[in-house]
Amino acid sequence: MDLLQLVALVLDSTIRLSIPLICAAMAGLWSEKAGVVDIGLEGKMLVAAFASAVASFVTGSAWVGLCAGILASLALALVHGFAAITWRGNQIVSGVAINMLAAGLTVVLGNAWYGQGGRTPSLEGAARFGDITLPFARWTREHVPGLGLLYDEVVSGHAVPAYLAFLSVLVTALVLGRTRFGLRIRAVGENPAAVDTAGISVARLRYAAVAICGLLCGIGGTYLATAQAAGFLPHMTAGRGFIALAAVIFANWRPWPALGACLLFGLLDAIAIRLQGVTLPGIGLVPVEAIQALPYLMTIVLLAGFIGKAAPPRASGLPYVKER
Amino acid sequence: MSAAPVELPRWADTALVPLVSVVAALLVAGLVVIGIGENPLEATALLLRGALGSAEGIGFTLYYATNFIFTGLAVAVAFHAGLFNIGGEGQATVAGISAAIACAALGAVPGLIPGFLAAPLAILAAAAGGAFWAFIPGWLQAKRGSHVVITTIMLNFVAATLIVYLLREVIGKPGSMQPETPDFPAGAVLTPMHQFLAPVGIKLPPTPLNTAFLLALASLFAVWLLIWRTRLGYAIRTVGANPRAAAYAGISPAAVTMIAMAISGALAGGLAVNEALGVQHRLVLDFTAGYGFVGIAVALMGRGHPVGVGLAALLFGVLYQGGAELSFDKPTITRDMVVVIGGVLILFAGALDGLFRRLVAGALRLGESSS
Repeated sequence: MDLLQLVALVLDSTIRLSIPLICAAMAGLWSEKAGVVDIGLEGKMLVAAFASAVASFVTGSAWVGLCAGILASLALALVHGFAAITWRGNQIVSGVAINMLAAGLTVVLGNAWYGQGGRTPSLEGAARFGDITLPFARWTREHVPGLGLLYDEVVSGHAVPAYLAFLSVLVTALVLGRTRFGLRIRAVGENPAAVDTAGISVARLRYAAVAICGLLCGIGGTYLATAQAAGFLPHMTAGRGFIALAAVIFANWRPWPALGACLLFGLLDAIAIRLQGVTLPGIGLVPVEAIQALPYLMTIVLLAGFIGKAAPPRASGLPYVKER
Repeated sequence: MSAAPVELPRWADTALVPLVSVVAALLVAGLVVIGIGENPLEATALLLRGALGSAEGIGFTLYYATNFIFTGLAVAVAFHAGLFNIGGEGQATVAGISAAIACAALGAVPGLIPGFLAAPLAILAAAAGGAFWAFIPGWLQAKRGSHVVITTIMLNFVAATLIVYLLREVIGKPGSMQPETPDFPAGAVLTPMHQFLAPVGIKLPPTPLNTAFLLALASLFAVWLLIWRTRLGYAIRTVGANPRAAAYAGISPAAVTMIAMAISGALAGGLAVNEALGVQHRLVLDFTAGYGFVGIAVALMGRGHPVGVGLAALLFGVLYQGGAELSFDKPTITRDMVVVIGGVLILFAGALDGLFRRLVAGALRLGESSS
């Protein structure tokens, strides 16, 4: 296999592995920008994966699956909002609760309904999101050397939720950075008292952000179960929600750098899978675990301020108490 | 929505509110059971009989409770210092690795230390491993300002990859395809309870319950002593209540943060003591099995007090053992139901505490006005 082909293959799996991370990272970004810390991204993606797999299997339509996934994730997001915004509960505690609830409930229901230890039956045909071939992919592959191959392998040939994920980055960056609503979301995460003084409801803005967070986690979870895999597996998110959280921190709570961090972590994952069981000269058998641990280690180092300075939204994690 | 802090009598605050949230969580679990087409009352009866209906069941229940006492205390101690340690899983993992290395050293050099010291040494190694893995986020928060919640989450994953690597490449059983260490030397493992109590004439059926249970009970007492009867405990509670006031009073919040995290991690290491040294007698992959996260529910429900933690750990022991028995009879109700209950309980007793306090306060006021 020539080098270009190899690069194209690795980049293609990088994109595939990054999609759930990108969705969850944008989700986390919305929530945290509005001052609601969310470590329940993992749980929301998990219920979305489960709900989408079940709905797709029952109806045979991946689009119904997507709706179900989004609704399930949205429901958990509102639970988080209810605890964190309305009742000013501890947001970390609420996130932990949502992760546990999702991990338990998906397996209990999956096992009760399908009796396969929590797995859902595998999805076929229209029950899955198939890969889309973008226009001119074949043509450029044949007529443009190099770039044409990359376009066909890397840019083209992904499922609908994958393109939605990239779209979500663009929309997040534009709305958060360029609109009045985005400004208010950011303000409510930095200084909710000022927003309140201006006569805007802090709770409503935060609920809006939390709901968007649920929507995006829903897309990410649906991608996992109906595009990347062909059905739900217990604990199939496997820490991706936390890697996305790491990506948000890594990107200093900015959308485009967060996309970069997700792609970087996806690339590490793709390389780790590629190097599984490979012996390299000088190193011997590659310790794949070291590559897998890298996103977590990098986040710890970054948070400790050894490279750059992490600057979270100032009111993040703090419930807003209205003065009276 | 107005949710001013609700004033409650002390007994209601410490006993009634947790009780109400437990009942509510169990009701939610009952709804899930109805949702999958089973009878919740029948399920409850099967669960209770499985957990408490026989000496063997009780042995298993207490064995599970041992795990929850350790992980619950770990979370509780950190809570008192105002820290949220979600890293119990990772700390227990590193504790297990540390104990396995100590056991390997003891096995390699037989006459290294007197035989009766082997088990205490292995326990100390576990505690030190857990303390070390929790000290890192403590140090990072105290000295570098990174939040302990995020660091402990990240370190959970680092520990999870570390144990996979070590079991495969370094401390794993040679020639075994299973990710596990060779058996620990006989002197370094803990005595099963049925053997421990046999000389005094108490006959028990063989269960995984071992002397780590006694260590857990001692830890409950030790934590009470530490938090409410020592200078360090006072410092921990002061920092937890108000770090600025603590600093003004001459207590170093940075030092207390690091010490409290180390103690918390050492307690989480108790999970490795019970599982690896007490039951498996070797280190296996994934022995932490989510006990660390359930510990958060235990600590929240127990209001951070050793008595509460002990009772909450017992409840989860009942749910675990009873849940295992229940899933034999009713294969549709898997033991993951306990994870659901744990999650709902964390939500109710932790995040929605304000709601439940309000509900209880309302009910009490209603009771007063009608009497």
